Amino acid sequence: MTEAPFTIDQFYKFLAQGKLMAGKCTHCGKIHLPPRPLCDNCFHQEFTWLEIAGTGKLVTYTVIHVAPEQFQRLAPYAVGIVELENGLKLPGMITGATQLHIGMTLTIDFTTCTNAQPWPQWPRYCFKPA
Amino acid sequence: MNGKPLVSIVSVGLSKFGKHEGLYARELFAEAVKEAFDRCPLLEPKRDIKAMFVGHMGEAYEHQGHTGAAAADWAGLLNIPATRTEAACASSGAALRSGIYAVLSGLADVVMVGGVEKMTHRTTAEVTEYLAMASDYPFEQWHGITFPGLYALMATAHMHRYGTTEAQMAEVAVKNHHHGTLNPKAHMQKEITVETALNSRPVATPLKLYDCSLITDGASCLILTTPELASRFTDQPVHITGTGQASDTIGLYERESLTSLKAAKLAARTAYDMAHVTPEDLDVAEVHDCFTIAEIMAYEDLGFCPTGKGGTLIESGETRLGGRLPINTSGGLKAKGHPVGATGTAQAYEIYLQLTGQADRRQVQNAQVGLTHNVGGSGATATVHIYRSNR
Repeated sequence: MTEAPFTIDQFYKFLAQGKLMAGKCTHCGKIHLPPRPLCDNCFHQEFTWLEIAGTGKLVTYTVIHVAPEQFQRLAPYAVGIVELENGLKLPGMITGATQLHIGMTLTIDFTTCTNAQPWPQWPRYCFKPA
Repeated sequence: MNGKPLVSIVSVGLSKFGKHEGLYARELFAEAVKEAFDRCPLLEPKRDIKAMFVGHMGEAYEHQGHTGAAAADWAGLLNIPATRTEAACASSGAALRSGIYAVLSGLADVVMVGGVEKMTHRTTAEVTEYLAMASDYPFEQWHGITFPGLYALMATAHMHRYGTTEAQMAEVAVKNHHHGTLNPKAHMQKEITVETALNSRPVATPLKLYDCSLITDGASCLILTTPELASRFTDQPVHITGTGQASDTIGLYERESLTSLKAAKLAARTAYDMAHVTPEDLDVAEVHDCFTIAEIMAYEDLGFCPTGKGGTLIESGETRLGGRLPINTSGGLKAKGHPVGATGTAQAYEIYLQLTGQADRRQVQNAQVGLTHNVGGSGATATVHIYRSNR
């Protein structure tokens, strides 16, 4: 089977299928989240997909009050950066948490993901307390 | 102590920073150009200026890109090579860097560099959206993370790791507002208190309104030439002795650190080494205080204090006018204002005034060595320049 292209678009297509996928360089083993077409460590150009566990620790957060128009109906809303396995990090909105603190365990929520929008629009995942 | 001059600044111009209703960006840029020409009667612009680089971040504000050519035309410099440089809020830091490349290459012996942004006619929501374009779209903007939001993420991490407080951040705003009252070209001309800053409305926690720089219209420019030619134009040049620029991941989330800007540290190291100076040699500096936490991080990244001690340094008063190393004597982005494309060369304008003894009520006595630190986006670009007076 031909590998799906190692693109941001494909990353989001996997998300819509409920899978958090990273690209792994077949030469040096570096894991890229999001995937890239060129390894920034060894310049190798071949990768395999690696599924990443969607649970990790909150490393920083903020509650956004002043938002661009498309997000104003949600404000104030929380966003943060979550550290997953292998030191990989992913930002996103945090829902369903009454209090936020650095180090808390969060898990990715795919249920908000749909896959019906034209590029460059993607399914929008979020994080929730584990 | 100092390395040899790379290029020399022979004239400078700055528009009033603030709201300029009905003035298009290229017209605003001409305001800065007029001052630069008026200051330098020995300059014959059409004969002397061989190239131009103009920092400008956003087409969205005025539905206008291609700013290099338009700005050159309105500066009366039609037909010279004119290029827009874009590196988010470091767009004119990149223009300055490009001008240095041009002069050092020998392709152009006299160069105009500058920048412009016209922002105030847009709503806060629109400006929030346009500024966010400097961040990663697929993983930051797409998930509602704003530009203040990115610095808020850094602030939360800095507070957690080093114990930095919201009151220390407020002190940055208080200092820069004080300096702004001494600068007639600053957008804001009022003193504030720590209480005012702490009680202002939240933008992206822990950042509040008074932690954020201003949405401002403004333009700035510099005339650069070789150190050898400088005396043809002025007996009071300011020399640039160090230049550094570096980049980092566009997404904040991919960085090694959330409490420091690696690009700024790398650019600073390059510039210090080139200029043969250390932070202790500096008399004055303009740093990129797009948010108060950014000034605290700049203190650390530029070596003004140990890592994690930026909050302590602002509290000490040493970075206020009259202190050991006055920082952002112009009022900074916080009070002078932050017309993003204009900011990098506006910082150089302030250092030029300081090193030529023209900074009036905010003059740092006998200032001889200065630094500017201009950051793009959440830190994917940084430029650092070191300046030395001719005195």
